[in-house]
Amino acid sequence: MKILVAIKRVIDYNVQIRVKEDGSGVVTDNIKMSTNPPDDNAIEEAVKIKESGKATEVIAVTIGEEKAQETLRKALAVGADRGIHVKVDGAVEPLAVSKILQKIVNKEKPDLVFMGKQAIDDDCNQTGQMLSALLNWPQATFASKIYFKDDKLEVVREIDEGLETIEVSLPAIVTCDLRLNEPRYASLPNIMKAKKKSIEQFNISDLGVDITPRVQQIKVEEPPKRKAGIKVANVAELVQKLKNEAKVI
Amino acid sequence: MAVLLIAEHNNKELRPFTLNSVTAASQIDSEVHALIVGYNFEEAKKALAALPLVKKVICVEADYYENFIAENFAPIIVKLAENYSHIICSANTFGKNLMPRVAAMLDISQISDITKIISSDTFIRPIYAGNALATVKSKDDKKCITIRPTSFDPCEISGGTALIENFQSSKQFTSTKFIKREQVKSDRPELGTARVVVSGGRGMQSGDNFKLITAIADKLNAAIGASRAAVDAGYISNDHQVGQTGKVVVPDLYIAVGISGAIQHLAGMKESKVIVAINKDSEAPIFSVADYGLEADLFDALPKFLEELNKLNTIQK
Ligand SMILES: Cc1cc2nc3c(=O)[nH]c(=O)nc-3n(C[C@H](O)[C@H](O)[C@H](O)COP(=O)(O)OP(=O)(O)OC[C@H]3O[C@@H](n4cnc5c(N)ncnc54)[C@H](O)[C@@H]3O)c2cc1C
Ligand SMILES: Nc1ncnc2c1ncn2[C@@H]1O[C@H](COP(=O)(O)O)[C@@H](O)[C@H]1O
Repeated sequence: MKILVAIKRVIDYNVQIRVKEDGSGVVTDNIKMSTNPPDDNAIEEAVKIKESGKATEVIAVTIGEEKAQETLRKALAVGADRGIHVKVDGAVEPLAVSKILQKIVNKEKPDLVFMGKQAIDDDCNQTGQMLSALLNWPQATFASKIYFKDDKLEVVREIDEGLETIEVSLPAIVTCDLRLNEPRYASLPNIMKAKKKSIEQFNISDLGVDITPRVQQIKVEEPPKRKAGIKVANVAELVQKLKNEAKVI
Repeated sequence: MAVLLIAEHNNKELRPFTLNSVTAASQIDSEVHALIVGYNFEEAKKALAALPLVKKVICVEADYYENFIAENFAPIIVKLAENYSHIICSANTFGKNLMPRVAAMLDISQISDITKIISSDTFIRPIYAGNALATVKSKDDKKCITIRPTSFDPCEISGGTALIENFQSSKQFTSTKFIKREQVKSDRPELGTARVVVSGGRGMQSGDNFKLITAIADKLNAAIGASRAAVDAGYISNDHQVGQTGKVVVPDLYIAVGISGAIQHLAGMKESKVIVAINKDSEAPIFSVADYGLEADLFDALPKFLEELNKLNTIQK
């Protein structure tokens, strides 16, 4: 079994982002970048499945600028076997990402594609579902547990009402929640070894996908700032303020 | 052209956020048609037809629609799409799961989680966990949109007499099978729509200690929320999580107890009208968004809080 994992390079989740003064986007110069957090869970799950003997190969794919290769190297250092980098400058919409991934899937013919449930920069939560639609595959979104049952996959999904379990036949798409597993750290020897693993690079023109944006970003602004309030001395004062000042209880 | 609103329901009742989506849909075009797909949904259908803003209800029924598998729903919406300029659903787990599948089948670049409608093709949506607001314009002929329900008021629920039509079912998608749903039943208000939310974080230290929160929630008729850390630690189930990767809440009163206030948590609650933080660390970032901050040990403060509430003659429900 072959597993493809799609990972995105994003601004690190610890960075307090700043909006550019001209409203054209957020500041990215000299900002720490990392793998989109749930994509680390996606890689971890794929590597665990390989370690259990059920998969033979884990391929990490990223679509992004030249530096997105760093993200692939990290995936290789925690156990992915090889990487695919589709080189694109600037942001690519989920629909275009899913079309690119469809091409890669058609080339590599994986049995499973693992992805994150949401990218923490665009907060779109679309790409996995879109890729499943293009391939007409089952989609197991927001996964927090996965079990193999014969040749099928049982997936526990986090939904608003609680948990839902579905069973999907392979090939299938799984989008991962942060609770799916605990991503490992790369050891130094593995980081060194990862340098020798192969990364295949494509240009968009090689794949023949039209990535012209369909959504125009008109401006990006800072949200209104909340005024910091007051500190109360004790619980009695708190309750009194809620009752008589804020009038919410 | 009309707007197609995908109703969320549980085959018995409409899920509350359907009402907020109807409001959003009606801001785009007054001709709102609501699609209901499921099994044995008579009551929910009637409730939908009674919404004054809904002009037509389209029903699709089959046993394999009972559990809302997106792979089964999407082909119906794709077939209906030619008559509509916009397809709309709430950005909760139902809509998040379904809409992108529809959008990709229609070759449309979806716009997720909008908080404001500027015009029929221009919308505002939060990005980076709500730390920036993007104004975006769709260049697609048709639009697939999910709305952030808490940014729109619920619509009127009675007095409407929408036309009801049936539409043909599509073939079953057999590669995905529903197994079970584990729902935590509770008499409390729903987290998404509650007037008051009391949330606990890692500072609660155990699931058992959440009874301190429950006691106060009972008193205030509040829903119970949690940080991701509290859910990860197993103190409480995932449906309580508030934040970037959980639920967004905008109650009149949000009380954060033992929660540090990471940006991912703030993403889900910082629009609340009044925020209270109870935390023993004076430097906790949650205080920077709190209207009333109480620097205290929660194990001391929560029992006192309950005592003070008990002293009040009246409490708003
Ligand atoms: C991609 C991504 C998505 C995420 N999504 C979410 C999300 O949706 N929701 C979310 O909540 N988090 C989310 N997180 C996690 C987030 O970054 C924080 O780790 C999390 O919110 C911390 O939870 P906490 O405040 O309960 O715990 P901590 O940060 O550990 O804070 C505990 C607080 O309790 C206080 N405390 C401890 N003991 C007491 C006591 N006895 N009395 C009073 N105060 C006490 C401490 O002072 C501290 O401030 C996400 C993270 C990532 C990377
Ligand atoms: N540029 C990209 N390269 C690789 N994978 C991506 C890219 N963009 C999105 N993805 C995948 O799609 C998931 C959801 O992203 P989104 O739909 O943008 O929220 C991410 O967690 C990744 O797994």
